[in-house]
Amino acid sequence: MHAFRVLGAAGIMALGLASGAVADGHGGKVKIGLITTLTGGGAALGVDIRDGFLLGIKQSGNDGIEVVVEDDQRKPDIAVQVADKMIQSEKVDIMTGIVFSNLALAVAPAATAQGKFYISPNAGPAQLAGKGCHENYFNVAWQNDGPHEAAGAHAKKLGFKNAFILAPNYPAGKDALTGFKRTYEGALAGELFTKLGQTDYAAEIAQIRASGADGIFFFLPGGMGISFLKQYAGSGIDLPVVGPAFSFDQTILAAVGDAALGIHNTAQWSPDIDNAANKAFVETFKAEYGRIPSIYASQAFDTANLIVSAAAKADVKDTDAFREALREADFASTRGDFRFGNNQHPIQDFYVREVIKDGDVFTNKIIGIGLEDRQDVYAAECKL
Amino acid sequence: MMRERHINMIILALLVLVPTYAHFAEEPFTITLATRAVIFALAGVGLNLALGQGGLVSFGHAAYFGMGGYAMGILASHAQNYEPIMEVPFLIEGTNSMPVIWLVAIVMSALLALLIGALSLRTTGVYFIMVTLAFGQMFYYFTISWPAYGGEDGLSIYVRNQFPGMNTLDPIQFFSICFVLLCAVLFLVNRLNKSPFGLALNGAHQNEERALTVGINVYRVRLVAFVISGAITGLAGALFADLNRFVSPTMFSWQISGEIMIFIILGGVARLFGPVAGAALYIMLEHFLGGLSEYWFIYLGAILLFVVLFAKGGIIGKLSRKEISHDG
Amino acid sequence: MTTLLLIEQVLNGLQFGVMLFLMAAGLTLIFGVMGLINLAHGSLYMIGAFAAAAVAGWTGNFFLALVASLIAAAIIGALIELTVIRRLYDRDHLEQVLATFALILIFSEATRWVFGSFPLFLNIPDVLNGTVTLPGGIQYSLYRLTIILIGLAVAAGLFLLISKTRVGMRIRAGENDREMIAALGVDISVLYTMVFALGAALAGLSGALVGAIQSVEVGMGEPVLILAFVVIVIGGIGSIKGALAGAILVGLTDTLGRTMLPVIFGTFMEPSAATTVGSALASMLIYILMAGVLLYKPTGLFGST
Repeated sequence: MHAFRVLGAAGIMALGLASGAVADGHGGKVKIGLITTLTGGGAALGVDIRDGFLLGIKQSGNDGIEVVVEDDQRKPDIAVQVADKMIQSEKVDIMTGIVFSNLALAVAPAATAQGKFYISPNAGPAQLAGKGCHENYFNVAWQNDGPHEAAGAHAKKLGFKNAFILAPNYPAGKDALTGFKRTYEGALAGELFTKLGQTDYAAEIAQIRASGADGIFFFLPGGMGISFLKQYAGSGIDLPVVGPAFSFDQTILAAVGDAALGIHNTAQWSPDIDNAANKAFVETFKAEYGRIPSIYASQAFDTANLIVSAAAKADVKDTDAFREALREADFASTRGDFRFGNNQHPIQDFYVREVIKDGDVFTNKIIGIGLEDRQDVYAAECKL
Repeated sequence: MMRERHINMIILALLVLVPTYAHFAEEPFTITLATRAVIFALAGVGLNLALGQGGLVSFGHAAYFGMGGYAMGILASHAQNYEPIMEVPFLIEGTNSMPVIWLVAIVMSALLALLIGALSLRTTGVYFIMVTLAFGQMFYYFTISWPAYGGEDGLSIYVRNQFPGMNTLDPIQFFSICFVLLCAVLFLVNRLNKSPFGLALNGAHQNEERALTVGINVYRVRLVAFVISGAITGLAGALFADLNRFVSPTMFSWQISGEIMIFIILGGVARLFGPVAGAALYIMLEHFLGGLSEYWFIYLGAILLFVVLFAKGGIIGKLSRKEISHDG
Repeated sequence: MTTLLLIEQVLNGLQFGVMLFLMAAGLTLIFGVMGLINLAHGSLYMIGAFAAAAVAGWTGNFFLALVASLIAAAIIGALIELTVIRRLYDRDHLEQVLATFALILIFSEATRWVFGSFPLFLNIPDVLNGTVTLPGGIQYSLYRLTIILIGLAVAAGLFLLISKTRVGMRIRAGENDREMIAALGVDISVLYTMVFALGAALAGLSGALVGAIQSVEVGMGEPVLILAFVVIVIGGIGSIKGALAGAILVGLTDTLGRTMLPVIFGTFMEPSAATTVGSALASMLIYILMAGVLLYKPTGLFGST
């Protein structure tokens, strides 16, 4: 767990087991705790969230905002411990940054219960969007089902009649298949749950081949998706594939290579969205870090700008006023239009993107819209 | 050069003084860290009984740690939602009373350890290490894919469980509960080590054939030690779940088994206070090294390597300049 | 499920087993000769994959990349043997586990420091791309078929090395009686370094071969490492024959388990519950297999003591 102090020298001393208490009183300042995955296998996503977020804060020029960054090692108990540290000794006002749903579920309820804001830049588990919604919990990315619902709608549009669907055997995987089926509505040639972290998909690919399917939907985030795509490309099966953006985002496209070319995937953002905020974001991110931003970076950048917009209107110590300011979502999103629903999750368009090769670089371009102004289905259960 | 007993006293004193100071300095996170160290120490004391005294290198103690955690998670989540755990054939309700949860955690982990131990103790050496690892992995994958209690998402318990007459949400009070439990377990384990049973266990570790010839039922002695060991680690798991107010399948992961082993080796194998010193040191390393660099695992690895290669007997062994442990 | 699909799945299980064997062979060799449990074997697998990806990136040549993976893993293996591992031979298993666990931490983060957090690209060469049609009309990936052949060749090579060559004689002698072989004037420490480097090279090679169809990323070694341990424990630690048998048993059990169990449960349960329960059981299956084998034979199928 390490702390990079980025902006605003508030005179925070390095914390040790025996160091004294941190001085209170920010005086209109905002202190943000960013917990994300910076070590081990999931670090690529966390690094993009950190970089996107810090870029947003830096560009705002608001030096009253201080960000403390810590690593969660992708372990829920470490995330909880870091969250305790941020609340108890760093005395942050807002927390954000977590990549993975299971970690967010460990941290967000505890944070909001202690009167802090939690603003999710990535994970959007159903529990926190429906009955478990909270007035201090905001999600700037999506409810988890969104990209999968868009993929379902797109599969229907492409004329899939008999789809083969697969996802890892864990809650997010089950939600993905449920989300897909919600909008796809067609018949299924097969439905598979693979082992979490599985790397060899020969058996699944053989089943796909034998199933007589006319299309494939898969949700296999991170390394699992890389393995599946490479092995699928070498299998000689030539069925259309759709999936959520998580296996086609900028952090892994280079590792997949040609195997991903031409595949349709769904997301609320793409580097080629044509608006001023997004163009500026993509350019400055490239200039700052020397790579194309990923979808995670864009979400974190939006999260930073949402907080900046609210901080300009209200003092974070005035919780009710600050919450109202957040709800207004008065910032220029990289996705274009952005607004919150009653459960404080976005109501937004989901695009269909295609993987292309631009010179030497693999990236995505928009080819259509999957779902317009989509609100998640859990919002109805939220009493806000 | 110090006597090991004096070192033990100093460790206990530090474990009391640091959180007390933090309490008055209004630095609650330090108390949280100390509580974490105490709970990990308890898990280590459990494993140390099997590993240190009995020479049974279990690489699967995460199974009991997780079992204790889920005992807390399942009971408390039912209490939180006012749903009974089962109604047929008789009614079992959830609870948020810590003593009841501890009892359930201890009994469930002991039963699990009885089952796993009875099977695993037929093997020895590396096979024992690996078969205990296999049982741990089974539970890990089972909890990830079993939907009833959250799967990989785990279970959040919004309020810490109750202990009669105390406010458990107050960090220093929860720390006191954990600390008293640790001291009680240390006292019992110390008595156990000096009892005929403890001597038989250690004897079977030193020389199995001789133990057999003097009429010790080695298998049974080891099994009993393994069950007690699992039960203590299960209790630690229940406390850990209450500290985080959250349980998840990572409590069953092999990395947790590895970490519990690290506490013991850092502190000193088969020393009563070895796991206590090791857990405290590990938590401190994690806390201070984390601030140095994004790549702090490199330093942690280097320190562990150094301890194994050059500091036989762990830190207590180094401080007391004795490589062989003498209990007490 | 048709017979043809079943045959294809058996082939897949076989191929998965052979991939595991490549990894397990080095592990079991090192244990057999030096009595060392090496958790860092997964790191050598990762180093092989990263070295291959880097060289393939520079040269565009997959075969050079394979050579690089062998050399890089062997060099790193020899280095850690000389600096760390040889101090562990006469320690107990507990200390070996901990020291090599520390090496995992160091190697994982050092790799991330050198190569960054993003997964690397490594693809199969064009010559091996595509599928071949096997008798019966099964379309099978050419690259996977190649892996099976390479794995079997490595197995045969190891048998020959150990049973027919002078080095192999020394290795066998070293397994049985260290003092005796030292007394005969064989420099045992050089022999140990060579065996460790050979085991490391095998891990590196399998990392590169498998990395071409999987994800080359930090932490890729640990899941395989656990599987490889399951394999050598089932086969009997120290036995190359056992590692081959164990690997194929694990490969078949895992592959057939995860494809058949949901189907079997589907015969008496509703489909979605059958998929969930079947998949859950499938993910535990190899550990159940391992526990079962050890209860039946506490030293593995081909274990000696």
